[in-house]
Amino acid sequence: MSRRYLLRHVLHAVGTLLFVLAFNFILFREIGDPVELLTHSTLHLDPSEKAALREELGIDDPLPAQFVNYVGDSLRGEFGYSFITGRPVIESVAEKIWPTILLVGTSTILSTLFGVLIGIRGAWRRGSAFDTGSLLGSLTLYSMPEGWLGMLLLILFVGILGWFPAGGIESTDRLTGFAHVLDVAKHLFLPCLTLTLGYLGEFAIIMRSSLLEVMGEDFIQTARAKGVRDKEVRRRHAVPNALLPTFTLTFYSIGFILGGAVIVEQVFSWPGLGQLTYAAIESLDYPVIQAVFLLSSAAVILFNLLADVLYGYLDPRVKEA
Amino acid sequence: MITTPHQPDDLTVGTEAAPPSAPSDPKKIKWLRRRRALTGFWRVYRRSGMGMVGLWLLGLFVILALAAPLLVGKEDIRVNNPPGTPFESPSLSFPLGTDDFGRSILDLVIYGSRVSLLVGFAATVMTMTVGTAVGITGGYFGGKTDTVMNAFTNWFLVIPWIPLAIVLASILGQSLFNTILVIGVTSWAGTARLVRADTLSVKERPYVERARALGASNWHLISRHILPNVMPVIFANTVLTVALSILAETTLALLGLGDPSSISWGIVIFDAFDAGALSADLWWWLIPPGVCICLVTLAFTMCGYALDEVLNPKIRER
Repeated sequence: MSRRYLLRHVLHAVGTLLFVLAFNFILFREIGDPVELLTHSTLHLDPSEKAALREELGIDDPLPAQFVNYVGDSLRGEFGYSFITGRPVIESVAEKIWPTILLVGTSTILSTLFGVLIGIRGAWRRGSAFDTGSLLGSLTLYSMPEGWLGMLLLILFVGILGWFPAGGIESTDRLTGFAHVLDVAKHLFLPCLTLTLGYLGEFAIIMRSSLLEVMGEDFIQTARAKGVRDKEVRRRHAVPNALLPTFTLTFYSIGFILGGAVIVEQVFSWPGLGQLTYAAIESLDYPVIQAVFLLSSAAVILFNLLADVLYGYLDPRVKEA
Repeated sequence: MITTPHQPDDLTVGTEAAPPSAPSDPKKIKWLRRRRALTGFWRVYRRSGMGMVGLWLLGLFVILALAAPLLVGKEDIRVNNPPGTPFESPSLSFPLGTDDFGRSILDLVIYGSRVSLLVGFAATVMTMTVGTAVGITGGYFGGKTDTVMNAFTNWFLVIPWIPLAIVLASILGQSLFNTILVIGVTSWAGTARLVRADTLSVKERPYVERARALGASNWHLISRHILPNVMPVIFANTVLTVALSILAETTLALLGLGDPSSISWGIVIFDAFDAGALSADLWWWLIPPGVCICLVTLAFTMCGYALDEVLNPKIRER
């Protein structure tokens, strides 16, 4: 891969990140004086203390200087203090980030995997009962709000069948080793199933149409003309070429799945960033909302960059461009 | 000529001659041609089973939304002095039970169709207007304008929409208009990219060059030549955008960022969730509004796919 290609995409990612920072910075100034907001919610300060706080936060500095400060703080992970708990935002985020990574990570992998398998089977036997059924199923899953789907699963599997715990990440913190892993897996199952089902349809549809496109290409016909068996044509010629768009879609979809996790985490009381965000919305805890926005944007920008680089690496046609 | 009904008027008179019995008045020819394009379009669309199911479903919900004030009295969905007692189970007088105030959930679901569809349509209008304007401006003028517009579009495409919507909605406050605004702001970029790509190809076509050589202004070129030819792309995309907007409204409502004083399907689910319907197993409160959302979204998506097939001959042949 050419260095120029890499450089261009890295620069683009940095530009996007700066835009997000600027956007966030401007919005934060729009809602009002941070000192006023802070004093409204929790603290009562006398004027001299207020002045000291203004000095500390640098609110009266010229805007460009504030922006430079703000970018520096954000890059160092200093997102300020929660209006509600008074704790540094970065602490609560650090505490909650792992459950979210676990949930979003497994859901992304599973929905890609099953979406791709369903898409391949449907496209290869286009018009079959499986194809029609899976297409209809995919569209239906795509049309469901994830939060609501989670509630349905909760009613079915917890309320009626009682197979899974209703929420949380573990039933007790005293378990260790394999028992602990099993316990967490049991709690993970339903939220993960919700997100997987919620995004599976999209992947299946993309994989299906991508494979249909490849199936019309000349090299497939050549392979068939050579006498390559149907199964081999699919495995060696068609699927590898159709996988590329789906895999990049996976990277691009991280942002959506991350967003979907906010509500799903709330439904299943999964102690992750989503739950933190939900609580922050309820109490208008702006520093937390801002930090989550910044972090998730940064994560998505990073994954987009990865997707672009991977694409350039895997598809020689892109490299030249 | 079914798939390109928007040929520039002054160019096609020669190639698509009207039958001898047609009126000679150019205005009438124009209408005749439009009508014929529309019937041709309908003939192809009708063949799509998925498209017809979607259209029927959509019709039913639009009728429900329009007829809601006739079916449900305004006083039945007020919080004070509701018709029933709180948390009633389904019965003859309340087929879906009552909510935490004592209002009939069936009435709420019927009434909710209005706001859900309204938000869906209004947000779509906003998304399409902004997206088309940005896309055409960038694609048509090119150069620095395009660089700036394209950079903006790409930024907005990358920013994850739910966190952005949360930030915007929590700052703007909760109202119906803000819900529409937030959905519009977070979803125009996809349309802009699509329109820009199509504009780039349309503006290179010979008839645009011809019109420019004849001295047509930029405005004339955009409104008479570019826009009508980009239309088919926008049209199929519009229908899909309505589906996404309705889902987006639900997501915002479930996050507690909806307008609490209005009744939409999303708000009904949120209220149920907030009132503990999950732990009390009040499935008759949670399931119906979600089914409605699912059906309407599905209907729009099915229509959108069918339209795409009609308007993009490439897909149809495959």
